[in-house]
Amino acid sequence: MDSQTNSARGNHFYRALFISTFVISAFTVGGGFVIIPLLKAKYVDEYGWIKDKEALDLVAIAQSMPGVVAANASILLGYRMAGVLGAAIALLATILPPLITLTAISFAYEAFASNPYIQMILKGMQCGATALIVNVAIDLLSKQIKKGLLLPLMIIAGTFTANFFFDVNIMLLVLIDGLIGLFFMRSHKFD
Amino acid sequence: MIYIILFLEFAKAGLFCVGGGYASMPLIQAVVVDQYHWLSLREFIDIFTISQMTPGPIGVNAATFAGNKIAGILGAVSATAGFVFPSFILGILLAMLFYKYGDIGPIRGILNGLRPAVVALIIGAGFSFILLALWNSEAMPSDWAAVDLRGGIILLLAIIAIRKKQGVIPVLLGSGILGLVIGILQQY
Repeated sequence: MDSQTNSARGNHFYRALFISTFVISAFTVGGGFVIIPLLKAKYVDEYGWIKDKEALDLVAIAQSMPGVVAANASILLGYRMAGVLGAAIALLATILPPLITLTAISFAYEAFASNPYIQMILKGMQCGATALIVNVAIDLLSKQIKKGLLLPLMIIAGTFTANFFFDVNIMLLVLIDGLIGLFFMRSHKFD
Repeated sequence: MIYIILFLEFAKAGLFCVGGGYASMPLIQAVVVDQYHWLSLREFIDIFTISQMTPGPIGVNAATFAGNKIAGILGAVSATAGFVFPSFILGILLAMLFYKYGDIGPIRGILNGLRPAVVALIIGAGFSFILLALWNSEAMPSDWAAVDLRGGIILLLAIIAIRKKQGVIPVLLGSGILGLVIGILQQY
């Protein structure tokens, strides 16, 4: 591996990491795999803090370990970008918004759920998140197509079909794809 | 101490919940509803509904909601902290191992296989969200012609904004404002 973690970062970096993660988490409705493309758009595409391939590796680990994927991903990405402190800051920024929102809502759930203006804002933000996810998906897919390797494209097609159309358990898919990788994809050309 | 019990019980749920998202619900339900009767099943199902329209992973939301209910804000903090604590320790250990051994043949193979899998899952999330934006349902719509026009307009404008290299946060906030404006206009 080329480098260890970038642990020596300035205060400016930590502030930017906290604020950007906090805002993404605060305005990403739906949880789970929805926040990951947005974190990628911010950390990789906008700030260039981490490379594409590395981000995908870390998300793959986040998906395979116990716990909530969004929290896991922020811990792993934060650790890569700025060591243990980075992991702590990214995790805190990921869980604080739901903690605050849910605490507020638990006092006034009915009012919140039936307020039409809140529903309008949430609907709008959900469409915005859709655009961002689609953009990240297109970007990642076209990179894989450009590489022109058959096996990864078959994994994408198979995993997508099983997950989206047949609701196959994600853990099972991760296990199968990991085994395919273990046996057939050790070559550096798949890196 | 209730805070310590909350922390430990949710740490256990966090440690054994593999698969994320909805996969974590039965574990949390076992603790919160069946074992301790902190929440009724009805309240527990409400958390699902709330999680559909609020930010945050459903597991974290459930921990926060249950913690609040049982022991106020400090309870929420204890439960949520407990829920993510195992992930924090495990995540840092795995990241360290990844940077030490990630380039060894078998590990590299597994990661090479998992990377396209992550791409596939992101594409799947994209499709689910398109259905939700345009037809207001995560399942296949029964009537494809019944497109939610408001969703379509915001989605289109948001895509244009991203292509013009607008940042993530301006796009999200702008879409929220647009949703409110179009929604209010539709009322007249």
